[in-house]
Amino acid sequence: MNESAAAPKSALSFEVQRQVRKSLTGRIKTGAVSRSGMAVKVTVMVLLALSLLAFFTFDYKDIDFADAVRGTLTNAATLFAEPRLKYSTATAVLYQLFVTFCLGILSTILGAVIAFFGALLCARNISDPRVSAVVKSVVAFVRAVPTILWVLIFAVTAGLGSVAAVSGLTFHSAGYLIKAYAESIEEMDYGTIEALKASGAGFWQIVFQAVLPSSISYMLAWTFMRFEINFTNAIAMGAAAGAGGIGYNLFMAGYFYFDLHEMGYLTYVIVLAVILLETAATKIKAKVK
Amino acid sequence: MPVLELRNVSKTYNNTTRALHDVSVTVEEGEFVSIIGPSGAGKSTLLRSVNRLVDATRGVVILDGQDITRVRGKELRRVRTKTGMIFQHYNLVNRLSVMENVLHGRLGHKSTFSGALGLYTEREKEQAFFILERLGLTEQAYKRCDELSGGQKQRVGIARALMQEPKLILCDEPIASLDPNASKIIMDYLRDINKTMKITCLLNLHQVDVAIKYSERIIGLTAGRVTYDGPAQKLDKKTIYEIYQSNEGELITDMKE
Amino acid sequence: MEKRRANEIQIFKKRKLVFTAAAAAVILLFWTASFVTQYDTLLGLSSFPRAFAWIIKSMVPNAKAIERLPNILKKLAETALLSVAVTVCSAICAFFFALLGSKTTKANPLLARVVRIVAAFFRNVPDVVWAMLLMFSFGQNVLTGFFAMFLTTFGLLTRTFIETIDEVSNDCVEALDAAGANYMQTVFQGILPSSIAEVITWVLFMIETNIRSSTLIGILTGTGIGYLFDLYYKRLDYPSASLVVLSIVVLVILLEIISGGIRKVIL
Repeated sequence: MNESAAAPKSALSFEVQRQVRKSLTGRIKTGAVSRSGMAVKVTVMVLLALSLLAFFTFDYKDIDFADAVRGTLTNAATLFAEPRLKYSTATAVLYQLFVTFCLGILSTILGAVIAFFGALLCARNISDPRVSAVVKSVVAFVRAVPTILWVLIFAVTAGLGSVAAVSGLTFHSAGYLIKAYAESIEEMDYGTIEALKASGAGFWQIVFQAVLPSSISYMLAWTFMRFEINFTNAIAMGAAAGAGGIGYNLFMAGYFYFDLHEMGYLTYVIVLAVILLETAATKIKAKVK
Repeated sequence: MPVLELRNVSKTYNNTTRALHDVSVTVEEGEFVSIIGPSGAGKSTLLRSVNRLVDATRGVVILDGQDITRVRGKELRRVRTKTGMIFQHYNLVNRLSVMENVLHGRLGHKSTFSGALGLYTEREKEQAFFILERLGLTEQAYKRCDELSGGQKQRVGIARALMQEPKLILCDEPIASLDPNASKIIMDYLRDINKTMKITCLLNLHQVDVAIKYSERIIGLTAGRVTYDGPAQKLDKKTIYEIYQSNEGELITDMKE
Repeated sequence: MEKRRANEIQIFKKRKLVFTAAAAAVILLFWTASFVTQYDTLLGLSSFPRAFAWIIKSMVPNAKAIERLPNILKKLAETALLSVAVTVCSAICAFFFALLGSKTTKANPLLARVVRIVAAFFRNVPDVVWAMLLMFSFGQNVLTGFFAMFLTTFGLLTRTFIETIDEVSNDCVEALDAAGANYMQTVFQGILPSSIAEVITWVLFMIETNIRSSTLIGILTGTGIGYLFDLYYKRLDYPSASLVVLSIVVLVILLEIISGGIRKVIL
C-alpha cells in the first residue's frame, strides 16, 4: 500500500480542525450522526439480542439434533423424489384442488364486497373522521387475530366445514382489504370530490362517478393479491381445521396414513398451482396498470 | 509518455449493436480533453473501456504504460485505482456520510477486511479533510449525502475520485443533471484540479459550448467512430454539424447567436 | 355540442355494459364456487351475527381464565421470541443468498438462476407441509416450528431482497467498481448501507406475519401459543381461549405500532 504519495505534509488548517469530530480515543470519526442511522443501529441490536435470548430460552426437550436433521433429510428425499398416490386418485386430487380454489374465490368475493363498503366508511377523505377512527380500530383488531383462529371461532357456531372456513377467511380478507381499499381511496385528489360536492352530487353519486373510476385499478390489484393469499390460506385451513379441499388430503396423508409419497404428490400439485396463480396474477396486474 | 492510449478499440454488444468502431486515441499527461457527440455515439462506452467497466471486443487499452486490456482480479483493482471516475448521477451511497463516501476512494488500496468494515487510517481521514476543504465541503463532512444539493453531491464525487490519487479522471456527463450555476462551479473545479494537481481529465460532454470553453482538445465521436480530434479553437461550425450529423439551425447552440 | 353529448352517452353506455358484464361474471363465479364447495350462502351470511352473539356471550375471559394468564403470557413470549429469531436468521441467510441472485451482484448467471428457482421452491411449498415433514423427526418441539417458518420466510425474503438489491445497487456498485473496490467491500460499503432500511422494514413485517403463522403451526405441531389455544378450545374452555386471542391481538397491534414508528424514522 502506498499511502504517502500525495498525503498532506502539513497538519489541517485551523478552520478545518474545528469541523473535525473525534472519538474518545482521539480518532477522527467518519459516520453521519442522524436519527435514522441511530434507529437502524438500535433496531438491529435489539433484534439480534432478542434472537439470542430466544435460542437460550427455548425448551429443546433434549432432542437429538443430528438425528432429527438426518431423519428429516431422509424424509424430505422420499417426499420430493418419490411422489406417488395411494389413498386417492389424480382426478380426486385435482377436484380437491378446485375445491380449495373455490374456497379462495368465495372468501375473496365476499371479503371484497364487505371491504368496499367498509373502505367508504374508513377513507378519511370521504368519511366522518370519528367513524373512520372507529372502523380503523375494528379493522386493526380483526387483522391481528390469525385467520385460523377466526375459522375455529366460526366453527363453534357453524360446525367445521366450508361455511366456517369461508367465514373465517372472509373476515380476515375484509380486514386486510378495507385497509388497502381505504388507502387507494385516500390517495385520490380531493379536488375531484370537492368539485362534485359543489355541483350538488350526493354521496353515492360521488362514490360511483369519482371514487370508483379513479381507484378501481388499485382495488383490483389488491383483490388479486388477496386471492393468492386466500388460496394458500385455504390450504392451511384444510390441513389445520379440517375445512376441506386439498389441504385436508394433506392432513390425512400426513397425520393418518403417514404416507410421505402421497404428501409429495400433493405438494407438487399445490406448488404448480401456486406458481400458475402467481404468473397469472402478475400478468393481470400488468394489464390493469 | 502518454497517460492513455487506445489502439483500434472496437466494442460490440450482444454480437449485434456496434458501439465503438476502430477507435484510436492518445491522451498526454496533464491534458484536458472533452469528447462530444450525439446520444448513443458511444461516448459512455469509450470512457468505460478505459477503466474496464466495459471490456473492448477488439483493440488494446494502454494506461500509464501498461497494457490493461486483459488484466483481471487483484491487478485490475490496482489498475482501477489509477483512474478516478465521476458520474452524471453522482453514484454516491446516499445513506452514508460525505466522509464515508469520500473514503470509498481508498477501497482499492485497502485489504478486503478493513475496507469492508470501513476501517481507515488517521492519515487517510486527514487527507479526506484536505480534499473536502479544497472543494469547499468541510462543513458538510458529517452530513448524509441525501441531504446535499446536486452540485454538492457532484463535488463529493470529485472528492472521492481525488482520494484515489489518480493519474487520470474520467468524467461521464459530469454536469448533465445540474443547473447552470452548479455546472460552472463543477467545471471550474475540474479545470483547477487539472491545472494545479496535473491530473489528466477526460470528459464526456453534451454541451458543445462548455467543451470549447474549458478544454484544450476535443474529440468528436459519431456512430462509434472518431470524426474529429484536435484543438478546441479549430473546431468550426461545419465540423460540429458533421459530428452531430445535423443541418445548420437544428442545434440548440445555434440559438445563442 | 350535439356530437359531444352523443359521445358522452356512448361512453356512459359502454361503462354500464362493462359494469353489468363484470357483475354477472362475479355472480356466476360465486354461484359455481358455492356449488362446488357446498357453501350455503344464507347459512354463511347468517353465521356472522350468530358468531358475534356467541363471542359476546361466551368468549369473555372470566376469573378462571385470568388465573391462566401467567401461563398464557409465557407461551406468548415464547412465540414472539420464536418469530423474531426465525425472521432474523432467515433474513441474514436470505440477504447473502439474494446477493447471488441479483442482477447487479451475481457471481455467475447460472448460479443466479438456481438461486431464484430455489427461492421460488421454498416460498411456494406451503408451511404446513414443512411443519408435517419436520414433525416426523423433531416431534412436538419448538424446532419444528422454527425450521418450518424459516424455510418459507427464507424463500419469501430472498425474492424480496433480490428486488431491493436490484433497485438500490445499480449506481453505487458501478462507482465502487470504478474505484477498485472488491466484491466484499462493495457489499458492505455500498449495498448493505443502501438497502438496510428496506431490509429492516421487511424484517419487521415478517415478524408480524410469523406470529400469526406460528399460531397455525403451533396448532398443527402442538407447540407455543397455538397449542394453548387448541387445548382450551378442545376442552370447551372458551373464556381461557378468548384470553389467548386477546393476548395475541395485543402483541400484534403493539408490534404494528412499534414497527410503524421505526419505519417513520428510518425511511
